[in-house]
Amino acid sequence: MTERTVDIRVPILARVEGEGALHLAIRAGAIETLQLRIYEPPRLFERFLVGRSFTEVPDMVARICGICPVAYQISAVNALEDAFEVDPGPWVRDMRRVLYCGEWIQSHCLHIHLLAAPDFLGYADGIAMARDHGEVVRRGLALQALGNDLMRMLGGRSVHPVGVRVGGFHRAPEVAEVDAMLERLEAARADALALVEWTATLPLPDDRQDFDSVALRHRDEYPMHAGRIVSDRGLDLDVHDYERHFVEEHREQSTALFSLLDGAPYLVGPLARLNLARDQLPEPLRARLPARPSFPSTNMFDSIVARAIETAFAIGEAARLLGRYRRPDAPAVAVTPREAVGIGASEAPRGLLWHRYETDAAGLVRHARIVPPTSQNQARIEQDLHASLAAFGLDHDDDALRLRCEQVIRNYDPCISCATHFLRLTTERS
Amino acid sequence: MTARARVAVHKFSSCDGCQLAFLNLGPALLDLAAAVDIVHFAEAGPVDPEAEVDIAFVEGSITTPEDAHRIQTVRARSHHLVTIGACATAGGLQALRNGEDLEAWLGHVYAHRDFVAALPESTPIAEHVKVDFELWGCPINARQVLAVTNALLLGVTPSDEAEKVCLACKRAGAVCVMVTRGVACMGPVTRTGCGAICPRFGRDCYACYGPAEGVNTRALTTRFEGLGLAPEDVARRLRFINNAAPAFREAARTVTGDD
Repeated sequence: MTERTVDIRVPILARVEGEGALHLAIRAGAIETLQLRIYEPPRLFERFLVGRSFTEVPDMVARICGICPVAYQISAVNALEDAFEVDPGPWVRDMRRVLYCGEWIQSHCLHIHLLAAPDFLGYADGIAMARDHGEVVRRGLALQALGNDLMRMLGGRSVHPVGVRVGGFHRAPEVAEVDAMLERLEAARADALALVEWTATLPLPDDRQDFDSVALRHRDEYPMHAGRIVSDRGLDLDVHDYERHFVEEHREQSTALFSLLDGAPYLVGPLARLNLARDQLPEPLRARLPARPSFPSTNMFDSIVARAIETAFAIGEAARLLGRYRRPDAPAVAVTPREAVGIGASEAPRGLLWHRYETDAAGLVRHARIVPPTSQNQARIEQDLHASLAAFGLDHDDDALRLRCEQVIRNYDPCISCATHFLRLTTERS
Repeated sequence: MTARARVAVHKFSSCDGCQLAFLNLGPALLDLAAAVDIVHFAEAGPVDPEAEVDIAFVEGSITTPEDAHRIQTVRARSHHLVTIGACATAGGLQALRNGEDLEAWLGHVYAHRDFVAALPESTPIAEHVKVDFELWGCPINARQVLAVTNALLLGVTPSDEAEKVCLACKRAGAVCVMVTRGVACMGPVTRTGCGAICPRFGRDCYACYGPAEGVNTRALTTRFEGLGLAPEDVARRLRFINNAAPAFREAARTVTGDD
């Protein structure tokens, strides 16, 4: 092969959420440098929370992410209710799960149709894909809208919803609203199954790798709003013990922190959840899943199918929980703040989201720590890029290498603290 | 036939939530894409950040030296520049660091301060370039972006929704949470556009749409003190999503007695 020196600069990687950079240097046919750099401007939420009342926390942490505000709100109220020893009871638990289902449906459908699928079918974006696959894209956007409306029912709006409070909700929906939503959810079941079938027919690369999956596990439900932390290598932790095994590092040129499990990268998100909890999907859904891909899967490209399966699950789960809806006398229980430490976690669309708060006797936050899913996946993304490029072959042309890198990164649906969208790829070869 | 309008969506420091006003349009997103050329919108796919456009929507505040430079380019290439959301219009929640010891704060979050480039303050777009129209809200919604897009395409000035949340509440027939339950609601000084969702959910407005026109913050802060809030509690109500909006910033200073 002719020796050549190549320097590619792609200033903006489209269809990811977050501001970062990738540096790829290839020398003598081998990867010399491959580093995912995140340089999104720091937004310092952990510091802003200090001195704030517990009542303000759900509204503040929502602003960390416009795409998954519910995840931030639920992990936060889980932690603060842990600190204040509050049990909001089964109605609140059910409705938080329903709200969360709305966010999974919205976020997964956005990612599948507008961010990820165009790659596999050779389109620049979802709008271009819609010209040839109009029915598929319209079905996807309609499902996304259903997720948004589910969030709106419990939160007033789908971005930065206003319904969640420590102790419960601010408002309980009327029975008529719930009945109308139930009809729409029932009607969407067939579309969601068709979506699963469609993702399973996409020409996904086959790239099997060895990695650890980490997710919450709940005694009797598919993981979402709460649970213990488990891995496929036998880890089984109370969320309070998270910091004993998971450590965040700050590396050069990155404004996101790298998180490691006992010193090694690991995966969180839809594929990790499905790998660990497929037995907790309802039997009627399991029976209707396509034979391929099968789960557990070690092919990260199957993530798009995992998202579709979770979309179908979330539609059925919301319908199940709303099917037993009774309007309560009060949508929240009383909360008495105290000086304490509280820890809470939940499964954001992109994976495990862990919060820890220290409060004073008046319920003001003294210290906050938030570990988002993307910082947990960051080390794993780098590891995957190395393995994927090696399997793909480094002598592909630069466009093909760049596309493969982008696809690998998009498999994780990175929400790099949900900021800007620049991922710079610099390739150097000699 | 005139050429189709060219539209860009640019992103600075923010949570991405205002761009979702487009991406959450549902099937209407395809109708919008059929009516205009979306030439730059990185999250949706099209990437051409330096393209000349008729309308540039700008999300996010300016927090890095690089972004302070980039907004100049956006301005130079855009006929109309419209800010979307609290970050672009008022500096956002992240303006809470303005006037604080940024070095110490970065040290609080990051182990290696020197890896992180940041300006001392988070500032709205209008402190850097001329802005043609501002859409307030955290987040803005689909109704707002479609209204401003249609107005600009038709060559009319978009209408500025600057009245107070209280008026939207009254029209919606919502029960006043402050009058009936003594809840410290920011509605009397907050701009409408959200649909008064918080009072309609039986809770306090927390001013995510920023200051309304002609607000009397002094009367409201006095009322809050009458409800039993300490000065620092009153100040926190003002120093939240739109903390750097001048009307709220000044009112908070008055309450706490800071200069």
